[in-house]
Amino acid sequence: MVPTQYYLLLSAILFGLGAVAFVFKRNIITIFMSIELMLNAVNLAFVAFSQASGKVDGQVFVLFVIVVAAAEAAVGLGIIILIQRNRQSLNIEKVNLLKL
Amino acid sequence: MSPVLIIFFVLAGLAVLGALNLVLQKHPIHSALSLIVVMVCLAGLYLLMGAEFVAAVQIIVYGGAIMVLFIFVIMLLNAGEEEHTDFSKIAKFAGLPLALALTASLAALVVKPGQNVHGATQAVIPKATEQISTMLFKDFVYPFELTSFLILVAIMGALVLAQREKK
Amino acid sequence: MIAFLQQNAFWIITIVKIALLLFIVLTVNAYLTWFERKVVAHIQSRWGPHRVGPHGLLQPAADGLKFLFKEDPTPLGVDKFVYYLAPFLALALSLTALAVIPFGPDPIVLFGQKIYLWITNPDIGLLILFAITALSVYGVALAGWASNSKYSLLGGLRSSAQMISYELALTMSVVGVLLMANTFSLTEIIEKQSHGVGGVGFLGWNIFAWGKDGLLFPQIFGFICFFTSAIAETNRAPFDLPEAESELVAGFHTEYASFKFAMFFIAEYTAMITVSCLATILFFGGWVSIFPDSWTITHYIPSITLIPFGLWVIYDGLKYETIFGKLVLPAVGFAMFAIGAVLLAGAWIAPLHQVNEFIQPVFWFTAKVFVFLFFYVWARGTLPRLRYDQLMNVGWKLLLPVSIANVIVTAGVILWRGHV
Repeated sequence: MVPTQYYLLLSAILFGLGAVAFVFKRNIITIFMSIELMLNAVNLAFVAFSQASGKVDGQVFVLFVIVVAAAEAAVGLGIIILIQRNRQSLNIEKVNLLKL
Repeated sequence: MSPVLIIFFVLAGLAVLGALNLVLQKHPIHSALSLIVVMVCLAGLYLLMGAEFVAAVQIIVYGGAIMVLFIFVIMLLNAGEEEHTDFSKIAKFAGLPLALALTASLAALVVKPGQNVHGATQAVIPKATEQISTMLFKDFVYPFELTSFLILVAIMGALVLAQREKK
Repeated sequence: MIAFLQQNAFWIITIVKIALLLFIVLTVNAYLTWFERKVVAHIQSRWGPHRVGPHGLLQPAADGLKFLFKEDPTPLGVDKFVYYLAPFLALALSLTALAVIPFGPDPIVLFGQKIYLWITNPDIGLLILFAITALSVYGVALAGWASNSKYSLLGGLRSSAQMISYELALTMSVVGVLLMANTFSLTEIIEKQSHGVGGVGFLGWNIFAWGKDGLLFPQIFGFICFFTSAIAETNRAPFDLPEAESELVAGFHTEYASFKFAMFFIAEYTAMITVSCLATILFFGGWVSIFPDSWTITHYIPSITLIPFGLWVIYDGLKYETIFGKLVLPAVGFAMFAIGAVLLAGAWIAPLHQVNEFIQPVFWFTAKVFVFLFFYVWARGTLPRLRYDQLMNVGWKLLLPVSIANVIVTAGVILWRGHV
């Protein structure tokens, strides 16, 4: 069997990569995708703990995280569409003023 | 090297490669495809851990709905390749080491075996789907109904945000 | 050598089963195109292909050769990776869905190994099929985008929007069946349908839902929602506006030429076959026969149908025009007649009796799948195309509420009866 630490290490690596993408990428949509990557890394940790403890609470929480991520993606992409309409660019450096 | 360990390393390696590709690619659609690869690999890992319902939900919801939404938005907004901008010199030199430090500190925290987490994992949880459904509808029924309300609010929010202004 | 085979028997059997299934499904796809062209032609009062072989039976071979030898141009400015990925993705996903479909209940016992008639039978078989349906939207969307052409992009976006809309009604219409069966495993769903009331076999099917414990809610509305959503999900007529020739050139596969178009084509027909298999398993009892099991004649139905069919093919072949037809058709007919006679002899010879028992569920399964494929082709030949906004209206405002109401009523009936 695979020890739980391996899954947690993989989760940490994925979370780190998601954080790197969040900080260094310029395109808003890619930044949003890195958020989804971080959420997935956390889901992996939850399921790993659920298997280690033998209870399914972790998996139930993963279902809630997936649902919340879906709702967040819908609204976030709506905001991204609005940004594209107002700034005509998907570069996050152009979204740096509080006023249009 | 049991077959389970080999499958774990293959799936984990593919997931890490997908995440790296997400960082390194310039066009958002290639990043989106790499993220889909990561999600499918994670679904495979969930199957390996015996969480079959979560694996199926991951592919259906994350891979089949959320990422489709991302790809639609990338296509509709005609997102092109990333422009080359100069970000600060500090970021170029200190960025990568700091990122490695973040990952290393996270990893060091999680890899230590705690009291409740044993070194080897237990076997597959039997009848996980039934237990999940019982828990969702008995212990967690209030958050469950709240998430349906949350989705309704999100749908209305997305509709209001994305509609064209009435001239 | 024998020890090696015995140790890795599971892997070797699985690989052989996969190869056999791929071969059978690709051949069935090819002859499904022949069948569709013939049936649509006869609906439209013309002959279909009838020159290439006797009754046009070699037309799929000619089409296959054409696809292999045609020029394969790549348009300018396409995103190379995504352009080449999209047809592979569509084909791979369609073929993967066949891995969880059970074709018959009894295993073949060969050299002490039990070989079941499915590649895998997971506990969440139905969810895996839905996951693959959800992922197959990508083949269409990416193909439309990568082709660097406005017709393809519009067709791809419309097609994928249609697919994700009808996915909801598809999965909701199945929940009634899941409530009655209490499991996601396809073989167990068929098992629960195998006992009709009073021994009458077919009343136990989910569409009548009159099992030996009493009458539950017949899943007729579920079936209608499921089949309509499935026709829309596979982008077939009357829901094929995104790929209709007069509307959008050819939609998302405009810029795809010979072999890549063939891959999309095979993906679409394989999806049709998968959905027909799913409809028989979920609503029509899978391999459960129409006649009750207590009648001994049920074991000989395959042979009883093969014998007159073989004789008819011989008769038709003897008066065919071309010499090739005069030779080949009677030979095929004679082969069918011989197989039917040998199977019928199982009434008296013991080992053939087991062969009969083994073939009978597979025959019923195949016959029911064939009926659904005929419905698909019939719908294409008969019904006019729906406009895109009408299509979306049907999906969201008609099918989704009906399937949700079906779930509520089924759940109510189960609660009222107190048990499934």
